[in-house]
Amino acid sequence: MEDKKIKNSEENKSEKKKEMIMFLSSSEEKEHFLSKANRKILSDPLDDNNPITVQVLGICSALAITVQLRPAIVMSLAVVFVMAFSNVIISLLRNSIPSRIRIIVQLVVVAAMVILVDQILKAYAFDVSKQLSIFIGLIITNCIIMGRLEAFALGNGVYKSFLDGIGNAAGYGLILIIIAFFRELFGSGKLLGYEVLGHKGATLAESTGLYALGYENNGFFLLSPMALIVVGVIIWVQRARNRKLVEEN
Amino acid sequence: MDLINLFVKSIFIENMIFAYFLGMCSYLAVSKTVKTAVGLGAAVVFVLLITVPVNYLLDNYLLQPGALSWLGAEFAEVDLSFLSFIMFIAVIASMVQLVEMIVEKFAPALYGSLGIFLPLIAVNCAILGGSLFMQQKDFDGIEGAAVYGLGSGVGWFLAILAIAAIREKIAYSNVPAPLKGLGITFIITGLMAIGFMSFMGIKL
Repeated sequence: MEDKKIKNSEENKSEKKKEMIMFLSSSEEKEHFLSKANRKILSDPLDDNNPITVQVLGICSALAITVQLRPAIVMSLAVVFVMAFSNVIISLLRNSIPSRIRIIVQLVVVAAMVILVDQILKAYAFDVSKQLSIFIGLIITNCIIMGRLEAFALGNGVYKSFLDGIGNAAGYGLILIIIAFFRELFGSGKLLGYEVLGHKGATLAESTGLYALGYENNGFFLLSPMALIVVGVIIWVQRARNRKLVEEN
Repeated sequence: MDLINLFVKSIFIENMIFAYFLGMCSYLAVSKTVKTAVGLGAAVVFVLLITVPVNYLLDNYLLQPGALSWLGAEFAEVDLSFLSFIMFIAVIASMVQLVEMIVEKFAPALYGSLGIFLPLIAVNCAILGGSLFMQQKDFDGIEGAAVYGLGSGVGWFLAILAIAAIREKIAYSNVPAPLKGLGITFIITGLMAIGFMSFMGIKL
């Protein structure tokens, strides 16, 4: 009997060792620079788990600054920067933040990042900074950033949080740029300020390109309600392609 | 009279949701039933009513260029306005913590149903947006700031109440499957925003 017990315990031990080895090796595998899991963290927010169309985070700014492509691109870059680095900082601090005051700590970290971006924009791209007005400040309260800090950076390592930040900000930027592309193209017939549909003169004879055929800009796309409807259509297209995202009600 | 004008203007013409799209995240996520929508709306009104005047005082006596002149002549040159984001958000976050404690004590059912969105009022863009717009508008006195905060809050409350009522009804309609839920809510909000644009012509 005792022999058996000893044998059993030895077997158990060896099994545990195996598990340990498995565990170590698997965790080592995850440490690879761009392993499968890490690539998934990076690519998931682009489609299946998009912050705007699926997680419903960060819509406030997505709608107001998408009349033209250029501010939308600047905004996306700003969000990528703020998000990646605030994720890294919170992930570094995650074991020393008391949970009752974590929101204030998170907000202060994000606000510090946003102040950096704001000052840099004011110094090097003043007209864009004027165009974005209060929306740079509103990055602080962009729900994507807080949402990801709460959901990811507080429970994961530094490198993964960095990837998650880049991925989510890119997913946000992607939608922002798609909306701005359509709004600028249809609303004012331009892309990044270039007249891609031809030049609109005072009369039909002076116009070139599509305008010579009698094409008119759809001024409705310049108004803010159109941004909401464009997002609605983007969600429609995405969910028609990706059936598992369809909601019950 | 000016204050009444400001109140009406901040509710209808400069509606936080339909004119500036501020606070959309919680607007979309908590508007499934009228009851929770009313709870969140009331919390937002309360927080805006408190934080906008407090931030007005901070802005005028601490942050603006020359605001520190009450300390003495040598401080008249100091410009701390680059700190306004951090100061505003700190006031808002502590206010939200207060509201959270009050709701948890006196309305536990509401506390349960609001869930994560109560702490997220701190990051509701409508709240910080109210303070930042207040800074841009440069009111003459604190009563202007208070009325502006109250008006924006009531406007937000109105918007979330309307969309929650519509969503309760639309559950019975035959919406194309990929548009169900979020998609159709976006499009309805767009149509409502077009409706609210008709207030723009009113001069107050």
